[in-house]
Amino acid sequence: MARYFTEEHEWIDVDGEHATVGITDYAQEQLGDVVFVEVPEAGTILEKGGEAGVVESVKAASDVYSPVSGEVTEGNEALGDEPGLVNSSPEEAGWFFRIALSDNEELEGLMNATEYKAFVDSL
Amino acid sequence: MSEDKRLPLDDWHRARGARMVPFAGYAMPIQYAGILAEHRQTRQSAGLFDVSHMGQLSFTGDDVPQALETMLPGDIAGLAEGRMRYSLLLNDAGGIVDDLMVTNRGEDFYLVVNGANKASDIAHIERRLPEPVAMRELADHALLALQGPKAVDALARHVPGVERLYFMQAGGFDFGGTRLWVSRSGYTGEDGFEISVPVGAAVTLAEAIAGEAEVEPAGLGARDSLRLEAGLPLHGHDIDEETTPVTADLGFALSKRRREAADFPGADRILAEREEGPVARRVGVEIEGRQPVREGAVVLDEEGSAVGRITSGGFSPTLERPIAMGYVPLAAAEPGNEITIEQRGKLFTGRVAKMPFVPHNYHRPPKS
Repeated sequence: MARYFTEEHEWIDVDGEHATVGITDYAQEQLGDVVFVEVPEAGTILEKGGEAGVVESVKAASDVYSPVSGEVTEGNEALGDEPGLVNSSPEEAGWFFRIALSDNEELEGLMNATEYKAFVDSL
Repeated sequence: MSEDKRLPLDDWHRARGARMVPFAGYAMPIQYAGILAEHRQTRQSAGLFDVSHMGQLSFTGDDVPQALETMLPGDIAGLAEGRMRYSLLLNDAGGIVDDLMVTNRGEDFYLVVNGANKASDIAHIERRLPEPVAMRELADHALLALQGPKAVDALARHVPGVERLYFMQAGGFDFGGTRLWVSRSGYTGEDGFEISVPVGAAVTLAEAIAGEAEVEPAGLGARDSLRLEAGLPLHGHDIDEETTPVTADLGFALSKRRREAADFPGADRILAEREEGPVARRVGVEIEGRQPVREGAVVLDEEGSAVGRITSGGFSPTLERPIAMGYVPLAAAEPGNEITIEQRGKLFTGRVAKMPFVPHNYHRPPKS
């Protein structure tokens, strides 16, 4: 399994043609206390770079973008009752959705962990 | 960021892990530990806010109350020494240039105005101020707000005597040889104090207060969520030059004597609105579900036409639900009335609610 990152601060764990998507620790830190999360439902078709959901902190609303194209297989329902999981466990229990990839080549432009860390340090 | 002015307590904030953001021309702490934690800390114990970006103005000379009354609709001449009141700087059309606190300090009248409006307020006042009155900005003073049910315990250990003030009373107090001006007031709905301190003593004072077990520093983020729960409007958002004291539901700022004399800016329009009812009014709204609606969301009628707007909105940490403030047509402004709100193409159901959303906890004088 490989983990990739986007410049919009999403992470994506890829296992063959299936992947899990969430927002990074840096992203949750910037957002502050998360009070609402809207995740896509199973069956939703997402485009790479398209809106996949919304995350709202006390201060503001932010869109979550899909790092890849494909069909959503599951949204993380736990976030409905416990949006704070995005703060407490952004890169594990606070995942947003699982997706069946339609084009694995889309992963090529994404960053690995080292590259993402360098990207965040440059901000 | 480099253009943002530094507050006297800038280093103090950064040393405490504050995230600094530009606001009203200053680098301001938006949060330290986190907005929810700071909000709850203030409701349950005490939060220390730096509000030194706000404008502190001193007025001296002949007939100062009369001069101020040409710009404000409140009874300033009737304000006893050591008392303060909420008032509104009005333009000639009755629009709200700013909201402010005015205090009779005996030796002067003291106004605290919004940081974001400070420069335009000063220009507005200068144009109207009669010759025998002098205005001075107290730029050599920082302003701290200590808010919360335990604020009095923490502050009284360092500034004895403040515990004798009631809500909307103020006085001069000694802090190790420095004279502070302390009022029992604030912008959170809680009991608490606002403290005007000479810049040279600001860090020492902040250090002393924050060293008390009841107190944690709190930022602009919590200040905003606290004032929203308390139903208090924010100028530039919930009130502005397009709104009047009547549409903004701030009629209490129109003193009886001034209404009878009809001698404040925009009096004709404001008094007519008061008599006949405004077209729209500022109300509180409880939002169904968990997703907040924010400033800029639109209130729709049954046909889907825009009839109002949300001017502030967010998640209430105390009620654990989204709340908002906005303008709706007078016919829809009754508490309990259901309204439809559109935000980014999505419809929300809201219910007009009495404000404050969270009861005020002020230290008022006993009823005689």
